[in-house]
Amino acid sequence: MTLITAEDLSVRYGANTVLRHVNMSIEAGEIVTIVGPNGSGKTSLLRAIIGAAKLCEGQVTRKPGLKIGYVPQKLHIDPTLPITVERFMRLTHRVPRPACKSALEAAGVPDLLGRQMSQLSGGQFQRVLLARALINAPDILLLDEATQGLDQRGSAAFYKQIETVRRETGCAVLMISHELHVVMSASDRVICLNGHVCCEGSPAVVASAPEYRALFGTGTGGALALYRHEHDHGHDHADHSQEAAE
Amino acid sequence: MTRATLAGVGVAFAAAPLGCFVVWRRMAYFGDATAHAAILGVALSLTFQMSVFTGALAVALIMALTVTLLAGRGYAMDTLLGVLAHSALAFGLVAVSFLSGVRIDLMAYLFGDILAVSRSDLVVIWGGAALVVALITWRWSQLLTATMNEELAYASGFDPKREQLILTLSLAVTVAVAIKVVGVLLIAAMLIIPAAAARSLARSPESMALIAAAIGAVSSLAGLRAAYVFDTPAGPSIVCVAAILFACFSLAGWNGQRKT
Repeated sequence: MTLITAEDLSVRYGANTVLRHVNMSIEAGEIVTIVGPNGSGKTSLLRAIIGAAKLCEGQVTRKPGLKIGYVPQKLHIDPTLPITVERFMRLTHRVPRPACKSALEAAGVPDLLGRQMSQLSGGQFQRVLLARALINAPDILLLDEATQGLDQRGSAAFYKQIETVRRETGCAVLMISHELHVVMSASDRVICLNGHVCCEGSPAVVASAPEYRALFGTGTGGALALYRHEHDHGHDHADHSQEAAE
Repeated sequence: MTRATLAGVGVAFAAAPLGCFVVWRRMAYFGDATAHAAILGVALSLTFQMSVFTGALAVALIMALTVTLLAGRGYAMDTLLGVLAHSALAFGLVAVSFLSGVRIDLMAYLFGDILAVSRSDLVVIWGGAALVVALITWRWSQLLTATMNEELAYASGFDPKREQLILTLSLAVTVAVAIKVVGVLLIAAMLIIPAAAARSLARSPESMALIAAAIGAVSSLAGLRAAYVFDTPAGPSIVCVAAILFACFSLAGWNGQRKT
């Protein structure tokens, strides 16, 4: 079942066209990653999907009654704003305490309920954002570079968590990331964006596509090697391909 | 004296939740700008023989809308506010000077004259305050979400720009009703100081707003009492009490943090 479809989507800021004729869709339960260089319109695409960016052409269709869980790139809570994790979880949905607890568990951070948001570490903070997005059992999770500010281990653990969430709740995931190698191994499908859709497909297909090579080829040799490496010998990857097959 | 007290408490209630948002969103200068613009409103209302409240409200609303429209079009917010606030103040002062014949006590508008509050002023103040409190309570969750992250607001299905507008309009109403009480120069103080003082005592956004309201009300009562006893100007006395409370709570808060 298709959750979100973007057809012939164009977004313009002033005279600057950031997205040209983008077509994409996302099915229930799949993990799709958008990669692309800086300024390629990744965030604009996500903004267009949630209705925050004005379209100058095309349209975005959502499944009627679609529940979106959004994890922002960065959430600014001013130090003058006191707020506990529990209250933050209830920001947009009035839910009982047990639901807050189970969402925090699903995001891998139980026992934070009574803490102030300002006291959390970067990793805990991102996981609380994830938990908040999960709280009303969304059909799809949207993540905009949700691991910014986390170190490599932290972000790898974060993406693992997302895979776990997908496995347990069956929600689709659409995410933007810079961390090519981590993301590629965790996705069912990759969309390579550079103002328009350069190429898309399974991670292996995209990684070997000439368009992708042209964008990332020289700078990310190491990352690609790592990615291949996981394919050849990685034990995690075996699990992953089973999931993809499901 | 009773009327003055009621007026002060009414303004404190409206200013408290609004002041919290002003502090959280770092819009402190916005209160100043709207207030400065209100002087132009005072001049206009004297020219056209309207009530001061109407004139101040009209100009404050226009100011609020202009800022919202212009925001994010090339100039940084503080530059924009600086231009608009001081031009409005300057035009207001020049306009006042044209009003020959009428002797205007500009000081009364700059510093307020809470002791001259009439029964109908009181109705306007409490009416405006009730409107602002009702509006903020109704949109509380959305305002809070929009304050933290715009995209989160869009993803939850509402427009953060509309919430910003609600906030701006409430600010305009509060400024207009508060002119009589604390005057143009001290309105921003009534917005910010109680909210800032409440910060170190609060653990949730809601409690911060309630504590700020309490601090504002206590400041009004104690400030008026002090003004009566020491024969000092009423508006500034209220602000002085609020400032002293801020200092006490902040010191207590720092001490508490060091111990834990």
